[in-house]
Amino acid sequence: MFMIPFLLTLFLPLLSSILLLFVPREKTQAIKISSLVFSLLTFAISLVLFFNFDHSNGGFQFVINTVWIKSLDAGFRIGLDGMSLMLVMLTTFISPIALLASFDSIKKREKEYYIMYMLLQFGMTGVFVALDLFLFYIFWEIILIPMYFIIGLWGGKNRIYAAVKFFIFTVVGSLFMLLAVVWLAYYTGSYILISNPQILLQNPDLLKYYPELSTDSLSLPTFTTNFLLIREASVLIPFDIQKWLFLAFALSFCIKVPLFPLHTWLADAHTEAPTPGSVILAGILLKMGTYGLIRFNLDLFPNAAFEYASIISWLAVIGIVYGALVAMVQTDVKRLVAFSSVSHLGFVVLGIFSMTNEGIQGAIIQMINHGLSTGMLFLCVGIIYERRHTRDIIEFGGLARVMPAFTVFFAIAMLASVGLPGLNGFVGEYLTLLGAFISPVLDSYLYTIIGATGVIFAACYLLLMFQKVMFGEITNPLNQNLSDITKREWVTLVPIVIFIVWIGIYPRTFLSVSESSTRELVIKLENIREGKAMEFPILREAKLNNDISDK
Amino acid sequence: MQEWILSLPLILISGFAIIAMLLIVFIGRRNAPIMYLSLFALITTALSSLYTLSIPNEIIKSSVNPDSIFANMLIYGNYSAFFDIIFCLAGVLTILASQNYLHQEEYEHKEYYVLILYAVAGMMFISHSNNLLMLFIGIETMSITFYILAGYFRFEERSVESSLKYFLLGAFATGFLVYGIALLYGATGTLDLSLINSKVIQGDIHYTYLIIGLGLLFIGLAFKVAAFPFHMWAPDVYEGAPTPITGFMSTAGKAAALVAFIIIAKNVIDINSIYPEIAIGSSTLTMIVAFLAGATMLLGNIVALVQKSVKRMLAYSSIAHAGYLLMGIVANNPRGWAGIAFYATVYLFMQIGAFVIIGIIEKKSFKYLNLSDYSGLSKTKPALAALMALFMFSLAGIPPMAGFFGKYYLFVAAIEAGYLWLTIIAVISSIISMYFYIGLIIYMYFNEPADDRPQINVGLSSITLVISSLGILFFGIFPHLLIDFASKLF
Repeated sequence: MFMIPFLLTLFLPLLSSILLLFVPREKTQAIKISSLVFSLLTFAISLVLFFNFDHSNGGFQFVINTVWIKSLDAGFRIGLDGMSLMLVMLTTFISPIALLASFDSIKKREKEYYIMYMLLQFGMTGVFVALDLFLFYIFWEIILIPMYFIIGLWGGKNRIYAAVKFFIFTVVGSLFMLLAVVWLAYYTGSYILISNPQILLQNPDLLKYYPELSTDSLSLPTFTTNFLLIREASVLIPFDIQKWLFLAFALSFCIKVPLFPLHTWLADAHTEAPTPGSVILAGILLKMGTYGLIRFNLDLFPNAAFEYASIISWLAVIGIVYGALVAMVQTDVKRLVAFSSVSHLGFVVLGIFSMTNEGIQGAIIQMINHGLSTGMLFLCVGIIYERRHTRDIIEFGGLARVMPAFTVFFAIAMLASVGLPGLNGFVGEYLTLLGAFISPVLDSYLYTIIGATGVIFAACYLLLMFQKVMFGEITNPLNQNLSDITKREWVTLVPIVIFIVWIGIYPRTFLSVSESSTRELVIKLENIREGKAMEFPILREAKLNNDISDK
Repeated sequence: MQEWILSLPLILISGFAIIAMLLIVFIGRRNAPIMYLSLFALITTALSSLYTLSIPNEIIKSSVNPDSIFANMLIYGNYSAFFDIIFCLAGVLTILASQNYLHQEEYEHKEYYVLILYAVAGMMFISHSNNLLMLFIGIETMSITFYILAGYFRFEERSVESSLKYFLLGAFATGFLVYGIALLYGATGTLDLSLINSKVIQGDIHYTYLIIGLGLLFIGLAFKVAAFPFHMWAPDVYEGAPTPITGFMSTAGKAAALVAFIIIAKNVIDINSIYPEIAIGSSTLTMIVAFLAGATMLLGNIVALVQKSVKRMLAYSSIAHAGYLLMGIVANNPRGWAGIAFYATVYLFMQIGAFVIIGIIEKKSFKYLNLSDYSGLSKTKPALAALMALFMFSLAGIPPMAGFFGKYYLFVAAIEAGYLWLTIIAVISSIISMYFYIGLIIYMYFNEPADDRPQINVGLSSITLVISSLGILFFGIFPHLLIDFASKLF
């Protein structure tokens, strides 16, 4: 019933980028308006999914399952759970806003730009909905091409270097992930399913995706990338193999997040990308990494995750502090915001690897928050860049006198990013730190104690920057006649402010969406950690029988 | 009668090639009739192959009588017909791209088109061969036409050098091939591959000669696919040959040599044999091929990094792709062979497409081949630049371009055969290759155009470009159509 809205949410952007191919390049206005209309339409349609989502159900909803490559058991399988729904909503929400911001900042080769942009939106949505590792990988890589061109063609001075760095970093990670996908698919099919066919044959939820098995139970797939099937089987992967698979997936995701010390591409890419590119990059693209960590690393390789949780959490904590310290000494506003991203994403990773309900819920809401507040910060930086064509902090000062409305928006974005209670950033940071504090996996208060300093540092660098740029006397005569924000800029900023305040005051609306799926994941992790029960009932029974016969 | 119908593709292509060659004498100065005749020949051959492909396997098996016409020299249908179509397609794409190119180089002769027909005929004999002698004839027919085509610009030093180098080294490799065949004959007492296969299964052979013979055969074939360390000729030959021919040699020629590889590996190599000598010998040989494949990928991609000429860069990248394709031979299972069939098909589109664009931009006597000549192409010729970017992304193996699916399939095959380390090398060399593929895109898209850009004409090449790019996109979005089909062929 919700198949059509779901498919439209995914494919409308692709459709629009194909249609744009046929619009003559001179008609820039038509190109802009039509891509905006498509993007808004996608948002409207995605709301249908949001309001029809069953919050009490922790599994995947609206699942669509079609066989694609039979001999590899790769399917077009998509579905949503609470976490992916939140991120899809973030994508469909931020995309039209950043698109609107492109109207000002993209002045050449508009046609190519909007084609790339819509392709990017398609890829990002796809990453969050894919329920097949092969499909996931394809969407993951589809993003590479448009983002590469957006940085390389419409970026700043050093754009080529930044674009290549972005490309190579991502490819290094993703090709190792591809290797892990192939190996995992092969291992699941040829080792686990063959010796434990009951995983599939006695699981009615999965069996419905394999109609041919009901007549011919011997034709089990020997190679499968079906996420739902691999998830059931993954409990049986021996630790030695889990370890390597975990590392291969984590490498790819941690580059994307980016986790310290893999963050070096981010500052360049952010600084050189055009404003909307930075908004998308910070707002959505980085979330693909943290999403992948939860979806694949925690869910598929829990034992390896326990093993590496402390290392990754330490890297996250280092990232929080390091990102903040580096941000403090930046002279370029955009670079400063970029490094603040490293710091903020550290909280997300810390929350994820606390493996507690609070931590993961906090991580999910922090992903949304970061998308909103950092996205808005980049928009604000873009606004002053449009007017002055520089982002150097010392070039500014006293902007509050000439741009009062802008000051308010910039202040809200900045305070949300600092984590002021009452705005959204606080909720996420509090929950992730709380999660790390009570986490039995991490089992140390140090993470929280050191991580919390990141909040203080954030206040330091953001407030200092804000003070230098906005307050004081106007020292630079060029700033004397800056115009305040335009109507279009109002339209881009107001929706974000609404959600920043909403999440800050009443986060329940959004936390409740991902509550059930997070709880299910955490319960699974706890059970596996305590070695109490297996995920699927059949195996649990088998285990019980073994226990009895042992006695 | 059935055999005549089944061997119709071979008869058609050979017949047309001979007729076309004779017609040259009568037809006067115009080149176009021979070109269109060659196109017609290739298309009818491909259609007849398509027809044999549609005949069910049981009928083919029941109708072939080894004692009658061809004495079990040939096989029909299945993968042989599939590869026929690929070779014919390569020929069609090359001829379409050649007319304009030869015209601008002022080198158009009718023999060029006929030679392509001969090359295709040779390749088709390879894929149809069921006898080592037949295989040898096919390989030689193909190789000799390639020697001529590589030296086609007979007043250009570089082209002549390429031809001579190819010929001398090729003749040397042929020696290995013949010696290998002789030893296989000595080991088994027959040249018939299906008989050799049953003798290998029964263990009724001389092991030492078999393994040495196989090793020599593999050396000869490794030369033909330009695998390390027998790749030395490839960059020079690919650079010196006319550009469309380079595209043709590095795709169809490589595919044909790989078919020969498949035919031999499939029938003779058996790592699970109950006879320990065969099992050990086979797995040693497979291991050697795996090492060669890994070294080929790494070498091709690393050397391609430092090339300044686009043609030479893609020549080295084509060496690397031979390494990827050899993964299917290493796996030596139906998945691997199907992977080769799939990858050869999509490689055909992307490589020929890329070389056609190089040919369009190139000017007389090997000018305008450098990376810097592609600066700002996206501004002056946006469509060409977009297509080239598409081919580069596909060669780099970025989804949703078809090149990715080919690589994926070969990775799956290699991992299933237990060659995880080879797959890791393949992944690392893919990462290395990204750098030069996107390097070309940087020149085309991010750099400003040079001032002195000569006029370019596309002519019939546009058809090649359209077919290639549509092929890449189509098999990128619907790879299952080809993969599921290819996996039933072997």
